[in-house]
Amino acid sequence: METIVKKRIKQVKKGDQNAFGEIVELYKDRVYHVCFRMLGNKQEAEDAAQEAFIRAYMNISSFNEDLKFSTWIFRIATNLCIDRIRKKKPDYYLDAEVSGTDGLTMYSQIASDAPLPEKELESQELQETIQQEILKLPEKYRSAIVLKYIEELSLNEISEILDLPLGTVKTRIHRGREALRKQLRHV
Amino acid sequence: MKCPEQIVEWMHDYLDGDIDREDQQKLNEHLQSCKECEAIFYQLKKTITLVQGISQIKAPPNFTENVLARLPKEKKKVSAKRWLQHHPVLAAASVFFILMIGSLLSTWNQDHEFSVSKQNNLVVKNNTVIVPKGKVVKGDVIVRNGKLKIEGEVQGDVTVINGEKYLASAGHVTGEIEEVNEVFDWLWFYMKKTAKDVVNIFESNKTEK
Repeated sequence: METIVKKRIKQVKKGDQNAFGEIVELYKDRVYHVCFRMLGNKQEAEDAAQEAFIRAYMNISSFNEDLKFSTWIFRIATNLCIDRIRKKKPDYYLDAEVSGTDGLTMYSQIASDAPLPEKELESQELQETIQQEILKLPEKYRSAIVLKYIEELSLNEISEILDLPLGTVKTRIHRGREALRKQLRHV
Repeated sequence: MKCPEQIVEWMHDYLDGDIDREDQQKLNEHLQSCKECEAIFYQLKKTITLVQGISQIKAPPNFTENVLARLPKEKKKVSAKRWLQHHPVLAAASVFFILMIGSLLSTWNQDHEFSVSKQNNLVVKNNTVIVPKGKVVKGDVIVRNGKLKIEGEVQGDVTVINGEKYLASAGHVTGEIEEVNEVFDWLWFYMKKTAKDVVNIFESNKTEK
C-alpha cells in the first residue's frame, strides 16, 4: 500500500487532485475516527478531518517522503483537534493539580464510590460511557490514548505523530490509562 | 500497607510491552502477595480492553467528494494531462485533428498566389478575371487572391477566395456565389470541398461499375 501511496503523492505534488482523492479514500475512516474520539461530536469530527486533508493537500510540497503518510496526516489531524479542544476549554481539568497540594489532582477529589451505572449496560451505553471518559481526559493524554488504543499505533509512531520524545509519550499514556482506570473500574 | 510506587511503574511498563525480565519477576511476586495492586492491575487491563473494544466508525458518506470540492481549483494543465491519459483514443484523435488543422493552415499560408480555374471565355488581366459581356462560361469558376468581374454569364458556381467579386447588372450566375476571406471560412470551404470530392469519387466509382 505504501508504494501506491508514494506514487499518488508524487502525482499530488504535480497538482493532480484525483490522485489526492484516492489518498483521502484510503485514510478517511482512520482520520475521521481519531477526530471523532478526540472531539466527541460527529459534525466537529467531520470538519476537523476534512480540514486535515485540505491542509495536507495545501502543504503536500513540505511532506517528507521518508515519513509514512499516515504519520503525517495523523499529526495534522491531532494538532487540529487539540486546537479545537483548547478553543472551547473549560476552566479546569480533573487532572489539574489542586493548588496547595502536592500531586493531588481533582481525580482524587471524586468519591471513589460515586453512584455507578448499572452493571449490565447495554453495549451502546457502554460505548457511550467509554467515549465520555476519553473525552474527559486532558487533550495531551487523550491524543496519546486515542492513537495507542483506538488506532493501535506503536509508541514510536505516536512519538513521531505528536512530535514528542518517547519518554513523554509513555508518561502521557500511563497517566491517561491511570485516569481511565479510575473512571472505568466499576464498569 | 503502602506499596512502593515502583509497582505501578512496572505495571505500565508491562502494559507497554517493555518491562525487563527481572522487573516482571518482581511485579509478579508482588501481585501474588498484594490484593490491592492485583486489583489495580486487573482494572488497568480491563480499561485497555474496554477502550480497544470501542467500535470502529466510518467517515460519513461523500467525505472524499466534500474534501475535493473544498480544494483550490486544479491547474488546467494537470486535468488535461490526466484526461489524455484516461482517453487514449480521443487523445490520438485530437492529435490527428490538430495535425490536420495545421496542415490545412499551412496550405492556406502557401496559397497566396493568384490562380483561376481554367475555362473558355475567361479573360485574365493582371490579377483580375473577367467574364466578358455576352460570353458564357460553363462550369464552376474559382478565383484565388484576385478579383472577379462578371459581365457575362457563368453557368455554374462562383467562388472567390481572398479576393473581391463584382457582379455587373448584366452579369448572371446560375449557381451559388461564395466569397471566402477569413481563415475559418476558408477552412470550412476546404473541408466541404474535400468531403464533396470524396463523395464524388465514390459516386464516379459507382457509375464506372
